[in-house]
Amino acid sequence: MSNLLALAGVNTHIGHYHILQGVDFVVPHGGLTVLLGRNGAGKTTCLRTIMGLWKASAGRIDFDGADISSRSTPAVAQLGIGYVPESMGIFAGLTVRENLTLAAREGPIDTRRLDWMFGFLPALKKFWHLPAGHLSGGQKQMLAIARAIIEPRKLLLVDEPTKGLAPSIIAHMVEAFRELKRTDTTILLVEQNFDFARALGDTVAVMDSGRIVHSGSMRELADDEAQQQKLLGLSLDAHQ
Amino acid sequence: MSQTKDALRVPGPDKIPLALIPVIALAALPLIPSLPTWVTLTVAGLAMGMMIFIMASGLTLVFGLMDVMNFAHGAFITIGAFVATSVLLPLAGWTQTDSLWMNLAALLPAILAAMAVTGALGLAFERVIIKPVYGQHLKQILITMGGLIVAEQSIHVIWGPDIIALSKPATLRGSFIFGDIAIEKYRVLAVIVGLAVFAAMFLVLNRTRVGLLIRAGVEDSEMVESLGYRIRRVFIGVFTAGSALAGLGGVMWALYQETVNSAMGMQVMILIFIVIIIGGLGSVGGCFIGALLVGLVANYVGFLAPKIALGSNILLMVLILLWRPQGLYPVAKR
Amino acid sequence: MIRQLLSGDYPRSRALTVVLLLILAGLALAPFVFPGTRSLDVAAKVCVFILLVASYDLLLGYTGIVSFAHTMFFGIGAYGIAIAASRLGPTWGSLALGSLAALVCSALLSLLIGILSLRVKTIFFAMITLAVATFFAILASQLSGFTGGEDGLTYKLPELLLPGTKLFETPLFGVEINGKIVSYYVVFFGAAMLFLALLRVVNSPFGRVLQAIRENDFRAEAIGYRSVIYRSVANCVAALAASAAGILYALWLRYAGPDTTLSFDIMVDILLIVVIGGMGTMYGAVVGATLFVIAQNYLQDLMKLASDAAVGIPLLPNLVHPDRWLLWLGILFILSVYRFPAGIVGKLRAGK
Ligand SMILES: Nc1ncnc2c1ncn2[C@@H]1O[C@H](COP(=O)(O)OP(=O)(O)O)[C@@H](O)[C@H]1O
Ligand SMILES: [Mg+2]
Repeated sequence: MSNLLALAGVNTHIGHYHILQGVDFVVPHGGLTVLLGRNGAGKTTCLRTIMGLWKASAGRIDFDGADISSRSTPAVAQLGIGYVPESMGIFAGLTVRENLTLAAREGPIDTRRLDWMFGFLPALKKFWHLPAGHLSGGQKQMLAIARAIIEPRKLLLVDEPTKGLAPSIIAHMVEAFRELKRTDTTILLVEQNFDFARALGDTVAVMDSGRIVHSGSMRELADDEAQQQKLLGLSLDAHQ
Repeated sequence: MSQTKDALRVPGPDKIPLALIPVIALAALPLIPSLPTWVTLTVAGLAMGMMIFIMASGLTLVFGLMDVMNFAHGAFITIGAFVATSVLLPLAGWTQTDSLWMNLAALLPAILAAMAVTGALGLAFERVIIKPVYGQHLKQILITMGGLIVAEQSIHVIWGPDIIALSKPATLRGSFIFGDIAIEKYRVLAVIVGLAVFAAMFLVLNRTRVGLLIRAGVEDSEMVESLGYRIRRVFIGVFTAGSALAGLGGVMWALYQETVNSAMGMQVMILIFIVIIIGGLGSVGGCFIGALLVGLVANYVGFLAPKIALGSNILLMVLILLWRPQGLYPVAKR
Repeated sequence: MIRQLLSGDYPRSRALTVVLLLILAGLALAPFVFPGTRSLDVAAKVCVFILLVASYDLLLGYTGIVSFAHTMFFGIGAYGIAIAASRLGPTWGSLALGSLAALVCSALLSLLIGILSLRVKTIFFAMITLAVATFFAILASQLSGFTGGEDGLTYKLPELLLPGTKLFETPLFGVEINGKIVSYYVVFFGAAMLFLALLRVVNSPFGRVLQAIRENDFRAEAIGYRSVIYRSVANCVAALAASAAGILYALWLRYAGPDTTLSFDIMVDILLIVVIGGMGTMYGAVVGATLFVIAQNYLQDLMKLASDAAVGIPLLPNLVHPDRWLLWLGILFILSVYRFPAGIVGKLRAGK
């Protein structure tokens, strides 16, 4: 299995602060990779660096065979990467329809694809003409995901989609991601919720203090309680 | 079930700020001794508001898109006025005849020249002066202040330091008379032009893809880039258009006051800032309402208590900020 | 002793040290080495502007906020003296009262502005202060019964400060010691002491927090400094120092009016000086204000000569016309912001 995305020795500075201190990990083609780690570990910074929202000061980011570490954000997105930021980045003053129209870069929204998305993200259909600012947290998250996949993308970066959501909605979210996994989109998911991560992940990387401290298959980590304790400690349990 | 219904009801746009305009106009009515005076002041206020809106609208969008506040915007206003003057003065023969067509034949090229020059200057200014300091607010304020100083001084070098008199075209002088009520023709024209600019902007923003991009960019430009759009190109376009509108506003303002001088831009800038703050930084609708409010209040108070006319606008700003700290229409920022 | 005075913040460059010593000596001995009304006027203005610009540097250079209301506080100081002296008579008591009232007024106003608008972005703060300062300037010119309007106020000072008062029968080093010279030293020592006080502020732990906030608001807030409070206090200290500069200026001029204190032109001058001199260095205010005020008074004579000589050539006479010196300063200003943000002081320090 080849890798769609590979980070090697990535360093990121924000102002005077050295946040990513040599990050190495790979995202294999076709699967769902989870990036775990406690609060402040640098996961968000990592995704933002991939998107070119922070500039890497050193290291390579190879996507689909080319180093993208010095490309601008729009250029990175145009390579076929969809991004769902931690804040969701919903345009509150635009309607659901307008949010999605804008995201469909290539032209009018493909109605077959839209119908497929309505199937697992039903809220979108119901609130089609509502300004997105009026949606609930879970609905906004659905919209943010829909926006990232309104056209087929090679890679999807999703930052903590379960943050602040009720358990019933999280269960729904799991279903939505299962549906996405059936397509050939590769997904890199940042999470702190280990149950959610275990339900979906194929491979996993764990971050701490701006470095990757573990990577491997999800099954292995799920079966190894001791390793989980060591890597993730109590913070993850406390989070749930 | 009833809950879903509530959620489905699409909330209309917030109309309270819009209602402020008639409320203020009616509140002034009992204070002003005669109805004709009130009508004159109201029309004058609306005309002034429209002109301020034309000058301010680009600035508020530019801020919304890129967090750039161009303190040199006032210089574009002044330059627009001077360029138009340079075209109009040699054509005095055409502007001072009583033929509407001859007047327009002089006025249109003057306006186009002013907008072309200020638009081009805006483009150059963005590329040369502002681009190197994107995202650095402090430097950006300083740099645009520097740009203001240099631009103002350059105006002195090119057009000299003196105030230039510029009279309105003959057919735009005088008033329409309805019984006791006299309404200056030029003010009517200003209102029409202002409404046309507003309508055009409204259509572009709400009916076109570029407009969608601009509205999204004002809310969260980083996200627009993450969707794969080069927001900077949009920004450059808006900056250029905003500068051209400043030029248009400058011409209209100069003809309104019938003089041109190098400080005029900076004087209007204070009003423009107040308008943008009142409206909510980045909001075109807020800017429109803010401009009309400022125009009306300036005219009513200018009549009732001339000494505190500008102070009244500051007071208006403070009151509105106390009511809505982010301005009338806060732009949902990330 | 020197370390104490400078709060450990040395010039850190031989050239800068020499320049500063020359300025210090020139100002300290001005009545003796540059006698004459005009040169003493220039020297006093230099002292006042050093203090005024240094206090602005506390805001712009150290705290990272742009205020356009600095001349407002400068004006409050000057009008405090002017109104007290013209209403209550030329006594020391009325001067003290006027100064106190001005300082209290500045403190309250700056805290109010700070609390209302420092939470928001730098740009918003700049816009609000610009609007408020303009309003204040118009207010001062409209309330003519109180402020003298456009004409300003001329007033008498206590006897000791008047030019007609002779202190000694015989001249000292060939210079007659009169009230004007006493006033000069009041201005000189006042400005020097307050400048050193500001130097102390920026080198205190408080000053370091300000710089931390300027560098990274996100981090400073996360670490727990309430950045709004720190910035409001800085705003207030700067306002008080600006008012003090206004008080000194009013004592020197025996006149206060919109053109000498409140006008936007002075705000522009302050910006030019602080940026060209060197933001965030304090010494930049000294070097910048000295060069600027001297140039303002003498360079323009030179430009006039050049302009007269260039008569007949298109545009050139206009370009070197004495009134156009702001054009060249503006260009220098823009270049400074891009190329050498630490200004002249930064250049001197880099050259050692
Ligand atoms: N804009 C910023 N300025 C300074 N430090 C930041 C900024 N954003 C994030 N950080 C710091 O970077 C570190 C990593 O943050 P982040 O990537 O958001 O972590 P995570 O997403 O894993 O919780 C944290 O210590 C955080 O304080
Ligand atoms: Mg995060």
